[in-house]
Amino acid sequence: MELFWEILVSALLVIGGFFGLVGSFGMVKLPDSMTRLHAPTKTTTLGVGCCLIASMLWFGIFEGALSLHELMISLFLFLTAPLTAHFLSKAILLRDIPRSDLPPPTDGDWAVYTPLSDTAAHELEEAVEIQELRKERARLRRQHEDDWEGELDGERPEP
Amino acid sequence: MITYALIFALGCYGLALLFNLYRVVRSPGVTDRILALDTMAINAIALIVCFGIWEGSAMFFEASILYAMVGFVSTVAYAKFLLRGDLIE
Repeated sequence: MELFWEILVSALLVIGGFFGLVGSFGMVKLPDSMTRLHAPTKTTTLGVGCCLIASMLWFGIFEGALSLHELMISLFLFLTAPLTAHFLSKAILLRDIPRSDLPPPTDGDWAVYTPLSDTAAHELEEAVEIQELRKERARLRRQHEDDWEGELDGERPEP
Repeated sequence: MITYALIFALGCYGLALLFNLYRVVRSPGVTDRILALDTMAINAIALIVCFGIWEGSAMFFEASILYAMVGFVSTVAYAKFLLRGDLIE
């Protein structure tokens, strides 16, 4: 029985190491940003998962101290790997690919180019409005000062 | 047998970290650098776990948990900074 567990742990370790190596090699080898993104985010998660399961089995069977920390780490990694991949793909979409190259979406616009929320869009509109009002007021003040330029040292009324 | 498997896994992850380091140093864009750093954090977690088996000590899990959390937060912060030019809106 010992031999079986030993073989299982060794196989998991070898598979994990192989997948980690393949993922990182893919990141060096693949041609453009999007394909490079997909190599490590999938394979390294699998490789690390295999290593963590091997570690859990080893500590549970040979050391007699089963710890569930590894399950926590692998759960955390499985939750966060898609999130980072999503954020990075959005960043690539915004920075590296021109907007004219993107296919038109069926409704609305690409999420990268839309404001984060309704309040953000509202604030943006308000900021633009305030800027225009300021410009208008500055123009009026200049006009007012120009009108009073020719007068002698009379009291200047407040604009 | 586990010893040889461990040596193989440690060698693989060391080589993978070297590949990632190459991608951090010579890379066509900023996003690739962030991706390489994120992969480095994940590979370092695997390396720490394998080293924990090698040493037979359960102390290394806390280090790997910390590595996982800090790696995730830093990657998301950097990507968000690229997306919005700001972290907290």
